[in-house]
Parts: sequence; C-alpha cells; structure tokens
Amino acid sequence: MAIAETTHAGGLPHGKPHGIMRWLMATNHKDIGTMYLWFSFTMFLSGGVLALCIRAELFSPGLRLFQPELFNQLTTLHGLIMVFGAIMPAFTGMANWMLPLMIGAPDMAFARMNNWSFWLLPPAALLLLMSFAVPGGAAAAGWTLYAPLSTQMGMGMDMTIFAIHILGISSIMGSINIIVTILNLRAPGMTLMRMPMFAWASLITAYLIIAVMPVLAGVVTMVLTDRHFGTHFFNAAGGGDPILYQHVFWFFGHPEVYIMALPAFGIVSQVIPTFARKPLFGYTSMVYATSSIGVLSFMVWAHHMFVTGMPATAQLFFMYATMLIAVPTGVKVFNWIATMWQGAMSFETPMLFSIGFILLFTIGGLSGITLSVAAVDVQLHASYYVVAHFHYVLVAGALFSLFSAIYYWFPKMSGRMYHEGLGKLHFWWSMIWFNVTFFPMHFLGLAGMPRRIPDYALQFTDFNRIASVGAFMFGLGQLIFLYNILHSLRHGAKAPHKPWEGANTLEWELPTPAPYHSFEQPPKVEVAENGVILSCQDHGSAHHDHH
Amino acid sequence: MFCLRIFLCCLLLTQSVAAAQFNLQTPVTPLARVEYHLHTILLVITGVIFLAVFLVMLYSILRHRKSAGHEAKQFHENITVEIIWTVVPLLILVLMALPATRAVLAQKSTRSEDMTIKVTGYQWKWRYDYLDDNFGFVSHLSTPRDQIEGRAPPSGNYLLEVDEPLVVPTNRKIRLLLTANDVIHSWWVPQLGVKQDAIPGFLRDSWMLIEKPGTYRGQCSELCGKDHGFMPIVVEAKSPEDYAKWREAKMKQLAAGADDPNKVWQLADLKARGEKVYTQNCIPCHQANGKGIPGTFPALDGSPIATGDKAAHIEIVLFGGKKNPAMAAWGKQLSDTDIAAVITYERNSWGNHTGQVVQPKEVKAARGKTA
Repeated sequence: MAIAETTHAGGLPHGKPHGIMRWLMATNHKDIGTMYLWFSFTMFLSGGVLALCIRAELFSPGLRLFQPELFNQLTTLHGLIMVFGAIMPAFTGMANWMLPLMIGAPDMAFARMNNWSFWLLPPAALLLLMSFAVPGGAAAAGWTLYAPLSTQMGMGMDMTIFAIHILGISSIMGSINIIVTILNLRAPGMTLMRMPMFAWASLITAYLIIAVMPVLAGVVTMVLTDRHFGTHFFNAAGGGDPILYQHVFWFFGHPEVYIMALPAFGIVSQVIPTFARKPLFGYTSMVYATSSIGVLSFMVWAHHMFVTGMPATAQLFFMYATMLIAVPTGVKVFNWIATMWQGAMSFETPMLFSIGFILLFTIGGLSGITLSVAAVDVQLHASYYVVAHFHYVLVAGALFSLFSAIYYWFPKMSGRMYHEGLGKLHFWWSMIWFNVTFFPMHFLGLAGMPRRIPDYALQFTDFNRIASVGAFMFGLGQLIFLYNILHSLRHGAKAPHKPWEGANTLEWELPTPAPYHSFEQPPKVEVAENGVILSCQDHGSAHHDHH
Repeated sequence: MFCLRIFLCCLLLTQSVAAAQFNLQTPVTPLARVEYHLHTILLVITGVIFLAVFLVMLYSILRHRKSAGHEAKQFHENITVEIIWTVVPLLILVLMALPATRAVLAQKSTRSEDMTIKVTGYQWKWRYDYLDDNFGFVSHLSTPRDQIEGRAPPSGNYLLEVDEPLVVPTNRKIRLLLTANDVIHSWWVPQLGVKQDAIPGFLRDSWMLIEKPGTYRGQCSELCGKDHGFMPIVVEAKSPEDYAKWREAKMKQLAAGADDPNKVWQLADLKARGEKVYTQNCIPCHQANGKGIPGTFPALDGSPIATGDKAAHIEIVLFGGKKNPAMAAWGKQLSDTDIAAVITYERNSWGNHTGQVVQPKEVKAARGKTA
C-alpha cells in the first residue's frame, strides 16, 4: 500500500512510524481512528457472543444452559459492552478518521490526548470482561445498574464501576477533541453552517457526552460509596432514596440514547445525497432538528420511570416532552426521503444500509411514540416491547449506519474497494435476520413477557424460538462483514480517487488512500451546504506542491 | 398462480403461530381497557405514518433510480414543505395527547376505594396484607423445580402459578399500596392494567376494579436479582359473596395456624418444621444441600455461623447481614416459631450436628433486645 511520504511544514523529514510503537504512541488521527474501529468491532463481537448466549438460553422454556445469576450477568454485560465498548467508540473512531479530512484539518486538535483517549479503552474492556471470573461473577443488575440491587452485588460490580469511570474519561477526552477540532481547525471557507452534517452531528454529540458522562460517573460513584463507605444515597432506611438513582442515571441515560443516534443521522445525511446524486434536502432544518433533539434529550429522562409512581403532573410533562421529540426526528426522516425523491439513485452497499437504517429507524421511532404515552407505557414498560424498540433504534439505527459508514469510506481509508457482492449479501442477510430476531419481540412484550427473565411461561415459546434462530443467523452474518474487510484490505481492487460518482465532500479531494499526513496546510475551499465542495485549492501534503 | 401460492404459504405460516398472542391481553378492568384502546389508536396512527413513509420511499426507489435512466433534479429546499412536515406531526401529536392525558389522570385516581391491599415485594416472593381485615400471607412460585430444571416437562401455567394467590372481590375498587423489602420490584398483571414499582422504604399506590371473576396472571417486571424470572403474581377474582366466604375461611385458617411463642418444642418436630421453612425461603441462595453458591451465597454446611454461637445465628437471621451480598432480614417476614425452626434445622442438617434446639421464646427475646 503506497502511503505518501511527507515532511513537516518545518522541513524535518517525518514519515510514517513503524512497528508496535506506531500504535502505542500513535498521534495520527487515522491510526487512532483505525484502532478505535478495530477495538469497537472486537467489542461488538464479544457483546454479540453474550447476546447469543442469552438467546440460546431463551430458545425454549426451562433453565437449560445458564443459572439465573449467570444469565443476569450476561444481559448486563451485553448491554454495557455494546453501549460503551461497541457503539460509542465506533462513532468516535469514525469521527477521528473522517472529521479532519471532511473539514480540512491536518489532524485532531489534541493529538496526544487522542492517544490517551484510545488507550484508556482496552483496560476498561478488560475490567468488564474479567469481571466474569471474579468471585460472585460480573455485575448482574442490568446495564442500568439500578440501586439498591447494584449495592448487593459482589466485586464484579466494583470492577464495572471502575470501568465506567475509565470509559467516561475516555469519551470526554474524545469529545473535547472533536469539539476543538471542529471549532478551530476548519479550513478557510468551511463555515459552520456549510460543514457536512456528519461534522454537525459529531459536534452536537460531543457536547452531549461532555454534559452527561460526569453525571453517570457521579451516580456510579454514589453506588460505590453506598457499597463500601457506609453512605446511604439510595437506601431509604438511611435517609436515602432508591428513585434518586434512576433520576440521576436517566439524566445521563436519555441523552446517551441520542449520543448513539445523532452520529448515525450524520452518516446517513452524507450517504443518501451521494447515492441519490442530489444535495441533502433541507440542510438548515437538519441542523436545527439535530440541535433541538440534543436539547430536548435533556428534558425527557423520566419517561424511563413512568411506573415508579411519579405524580400525574410529572408524568404528563415527561409524556408531552417525549412525544415532542418525534417532531424534529420526523423532520429528519422526511428530509432524507425528500433527498431520495427525484434523485438518480444507485444502490451500492452503503446506500442499502442507509435506506435500511431509515426504514427500521422509523419503526423504532414509531414504537417509541407508543412508549412515550405514559398510560400505554404501563403495559409495555420493562417488557420485551421495549427490547424490540431499542434494538430497532440501536441495531438498525446505530449499527446499520456504522456499516454504511465503513463501506462508504473504506476505499478512502484503505485504498482498496470492498467486495460489492459480499457487501450486498451482508446487508440483505442482516436486514432479514434482524427483523426475524427483533420484530417478534414486539408481540412478546404486548403479550406480557417481562425483559431480563432467564425462563418464561409456555405461551411465549413460539416467538422466542423465532427470535433465537434469527439472532444466531444475524450473528453469523457479521462474519461475512469481517471476511469482506479482511479480504479486501489485502486483495481488494485498487480504489479510484473518487469511487462514488455523487461524492462531493472534502475528503474525496484527497488521493486514495488518504495519505498518512493530509492538509498540513489548510486548503482554500469554496463550500456549499452539507460540505459540498465547489472548488478546492489544496496547499496540504496531499500533493506536496510546497516542496 | 404465483400470487396464490404465496398467499397459501402466508396462510400456513400464520396458522402455525395462530396459537401465539399478537396483542395486549384481554382487559378486565376499566384501566386495562383504556390502555388497550389507546394502544390500538396509537398503532393505527403510527401504522399509517409508517406506510406513508415506506410507500413514498419505495416509489422513489423504483422510479428514481439511475439504472432506470432517471436524471437527478437538484432542488434541495422548500420552506413550505418543511413547515408542513413540522406542523402536521405536531397536530397529530396533540390529537394523541388528548386521550392519553385522560388515561393518565384515570390511572392516578386512587381515591374512594372500597378496600386496600398492601403488596410487599421480597426477593423473591410477594406478601399481601388485607389492611381492612388485618391478615395477610406470602405468595410463592409453585412450579416444581423439576420442571424448571428440565427433569419434568413444563405444565400448563408453568412459572405463572403460586401457592397462595391474591384473592379479591369483583366490582370493588381496590386500592393497592406497594412497597418492597430489599430491592425494587414491580407488580404487573397485564389483564388488570396495573404495573407499579414496589420500592423499599417508599409507598406507592395504584388501583383496580375487576369486572369478571377469574384468574389473572402476571410477573415481576423489574430486575430484582437472581430469581427475578420466578416471581409470578396470581390474582383470583371472586364474586363479592364468594370472596366473603373465602375471607372467613382464610382468617380462621390463619388463626388456627398461629403459634404460641411460649410453646417448648422437641428437636425432631422443630427440625421437620424448619425444613419446610428452609425449602420455601432459603433454598434460592443457600441451596438444598446447604452448600450455597460459592462466591455469591455462603454455605451453611459447616459454617461458623451455623455451628458456632447460637445468639449470633439468631441475630443474622432476624436482622440480616451487612456483607455483600447482604443476607436479608427475616424478622419481619417469619414468625418466632418459623425462625426458631429454621435455625434448628440449619444447626442439625447436612454435616452440622450441634444437637442444639432453638426455642421460639429465644427468638422472641432476641427481637426484644435490639428493638
């Protein structure tokens, strides 16, 4: 793989470092982005294996494979690993790789902090995975770690709390980097109201992370002191309040949902215009919709607590505020469809995953409206309906958009094309088996099956069987993706400079693969909405014209 | 022909899952009915929106594709259209919010009740106290372990059956007061339209008015530890006359079963009774063989507590332990005689042969000391 040798502006020779130190001491946003993506894929597979254990146990009534305490550990760690290990780092990885290229920056603003924010992740992941092996096993209170159940657990809970602290620090540092990069390092001509939606989504997400991760850190620390230092934050007998935990947790937890959704919106807003060969419809309203979703996400946390017995007025407020989020989210969906409308669409893998995203995210959003209505939530809360709802949002939302992003930018990242046939197979395989897995869960929830139970009554058997078969097939399908990536990295066809006819943002102005150092001198760009490049004079390293 | 075949296949498929339930359970209280209808309204509205979105997308996918030679138009803004799809969804939401608000207010109106039942969640069983009549009992899962562990095939109401159902009269407004002893549980019976968290240290309330005699089943719906999946709720609704009869009988039975705390027991009798108490309450953690679950729940077999000082043993059973995971305090749940029996059983079972008998009055005295 030819990677352009380059020199610093100061003239010192400065090539690509080699060996293990290239990765341990990495300060290059592309290297760090790559590490983030591989890390999160590893976590995705680990969390996926836990999910398959859950589905295997639930294949038929009766306790067959796991005792209930282990089952609870599996569900808890599946959730924690997917949220903090897979989805969040994957979006940070994408932002690391693409943001500097999309806005014309030489690197992330704080390159050494970037190294730290990545290298905090593996120890945290180890803490989570190793907690299965300690006495008492891993945390088993659900990924929400509700007190006072979480104050009962063994040392696995302490390891989880420590892991959350580390993961929180990592994502806050990542976010600071994203914010400063976007605000300070944009190329001349790349104004805020013209930059790509992916940059906007990453910016707003980063603010959400900085606002809420300390809240999570605070609440798990309170659990820690309740466990070991004799405080009674969540113990009513000592003057505490078990519901306080939920208020504080969900003040983090609800924005967290959007932390995992907004970057997806950004990705889809890049991919759909490219393959529709048409500008993004309603760029300005997309920016405003994204911001208002960010703001609203802080005002709706208690909809996760409709059955804790809050007063009617509070229920009504949180119900109305939650329903309101449907408006900006609806604006976004309609805008994507208006972008496709009257376009000249082609359906390469990234486009397929983005269309799949819109379709399934819409289902997840609409079941979200049903759940937002407090009076109906009484029936559906903590049932499998909720499991169906958030997997439609997080798998078909966050994960599908990430697949879309990887396929979309793979040629620019690696210099090679992925295998289109395998990519399409991966999409259709995932699309079908995802629905087989999660659609029946709506029925299970309606019929009265609570979530997080290791064994169930006989009337839930049929749909659980279908879901379990679907889950195994869905899991298997992800190996197609892994094979495609590994194979294409070595043997893929050489990618052209601009593999997608409709691609017109700044990253596509760079040679393929993107050189190790790019835009060392800021390019002068003329930009239209959504980062569409009208003209670009590149003084950066891409063409080495300054030497 | 092809269409017909697909149709037949679909028909067969639906038949194979026809036994399965696709919707909310049939409501039998006013609240559950309101919830059911509200859900139907939401389903229809969201279904129509989804269909509209899907069809527009499908049309443009089919027609506006490059391979079909469609040229891309370059429009990317239309203020009117954007205002329409902000305002119209807003109006739809207002339409949804009106009935939803009425339903929330109805759920919250717990006043002017005919009777009150206090529900307490324990790891992992429910206690029901009839506050107006001053009696109560504990309700446990009655599905045999053999079925759960696969040594016998699961039968009809597998995991949804209890030894002592909550019995209530029909057509009476029953106020439920909910609390918990250890962690948060949630009391959910779908057909009654009630789901309410039971929170340790706090009282919450909800209500039900059951219109039809029958047996209604539900489960705990808040993750409450190891046996969260094994905490069913069974409500038996009887006509007011039948309920009155049941109440008389139940009160008599409870009175007859009450123990004299000053009775002096023999080891064998106490041990036999203790085994029953142990089976009902202690097996989930300490296991039938007294070995516990290593790393999580301590063993009793050969443990310093079960073979050492009697007083310490009584204290930990009465008031609970502090280590993680904390041993629950059983003082409020079990009578003096039951506690004396189970301690005697623990001190004389498996490899423990202390030969010691703990009399109920010793437990009674220990209660008094710390209180």
